[in-house]
Amino acid sequence: MRGARYFRLLILLLPLGAAAGYAQERPYFVTYSHEMEEPGNLEIENFSVVGTPAAGSRFLGSTVEFEYGTKAWWTTEFYLDGQSTQNDSTIFTGFRLENRFRPLMREHWINPVFYVEFEDTSADKALREIVGHDGKADLLERNSDARGDKEREIELKVILGSNFRGWNISENIVSEKNLAGDPWEFGYAIAASRPLALAASAHECKFCREKFQAGIEMYGGLGDRYSFGTHLTSHYAGPTVNWTAPNGTTFSFSPQFGLNDYSVPVLYRFGISYEIDQFFSHFRRGGE
Amino acid sequence: MAKCLAAIAMAALLSLGAFAAADGAWLKSVPVRDHDRTNPYHGQPDAIAAGQRIFADRCSKCHGADAQGTKKRPPLRSSRVQQEASEGDLHWLLVNGNMKKGMPSWAKLPDQQIWQVITYVKTLHD
Repeated sequence: MRGARYFRLLILLLPLGAAAGYAQERPYFVTYSHEMEEPGNLEIENFSVVGTPAAGSRFLGSTVEFEYGTKAWWTTEFYLDGQSTQNDSTIFTGFRLENRFRPLMREHWINPVFYVEFEDTSADKALREIVGHDGKADLLERNSDARGDKEREIELKVILGSNFRGWNISENIVSEKNLAGDPWEFGYAIAASRPLALAASAHECKFCREKFQAGIEMYGGLGDRYSFGTHLTSHYAGPTVNWTAPNGTTFSFSPQFGLNDYSVPVLYRFGISYEIDQFFSHFRRGGE
Repeated sequence: MAKCLAAIAMAALLSLGAFAAADGAWLKSVPVRDHDRTNPYHGQPDAIAAGQRIFADRCSKCHGADAQGTKKRPPLRSSRVQQEASEGDLHWLLVNGNMKKGMPSWAKLPDQQIWQVITYVKTLHD
């Protein structure tokens, strides 16, 4: 029943996001770009993934994210995770808290961002990162069994991003440590995208090319401290696209294909995000 | 569980930081090459209209719908923006931001859109 409450919360929050603001995010689901949330803005996002592991049941993993621009160089994000598995159950799987820091105050050819995350999850199927030897076998366990396997983890990333002639190219180097004593695990994510038109049109439009961004994304595990490499690791790649509606809501979609037998054959990822400009100003008298 | 709640509360408190007021010191940081850059859309009516739309979406909440500024963010009708700063200076500011003062980098926008919004802002002189 906690899962049902989680999804009711999600449905309640999405219209809240439609109250004000404008978001146009990169169409990435796993890869982070170096672009930070604007200070004072709160972005509410929902990202979901649907997959069917071979010999397993179809699942829907979902996260609701609250991303706040603390400073121009510091973004804080809080996630609530849940999942639903066919022929099994729908459950709340935990939370994550992350901070991203941009050490260089100006735009460079390559821009680094440091990412620190704490997560407390179990039976997670949101697949927001693939590290170590994560693979389809992790998704076969029944929820009642998987919930007993608590994952309290610290995740560190180095995010490298570049913008060049309308293109964004982002690379993430991922490391993750289960605080229960498992070894450090590693992973990667890379992506590139571009708006379909670089100049804005003079008139308001719904489906003009500037409202769309398209690109590609690839990510996977790189083993752990004792078995670094691509042996027994899963990898995914696929095209990705998003569209920003005139009211600022951004819808994203990506079919991502498993690149080896250790991966789920296909993951379908969906996203919706909305930004509330100067979030706390809405609670002040006069709105300023 | 109590430790987790304490950690969340601490992070929430840290997120409530105040923003510093902007000043014009950034102008001295603009390299000559950037200062001298010319706007390919200068004065073009379509670019002004497009820039106005971008301004409404991206800039108006901080700088005011009429660009007169808000309590914590500077006006864009000021002599600093309209006379002192060249279009190249403004382009440099939008790409790099002034992050210590709360102005984010807008390098996520294509260069064309940055020039379009500058084209619009430069029409706002009183």
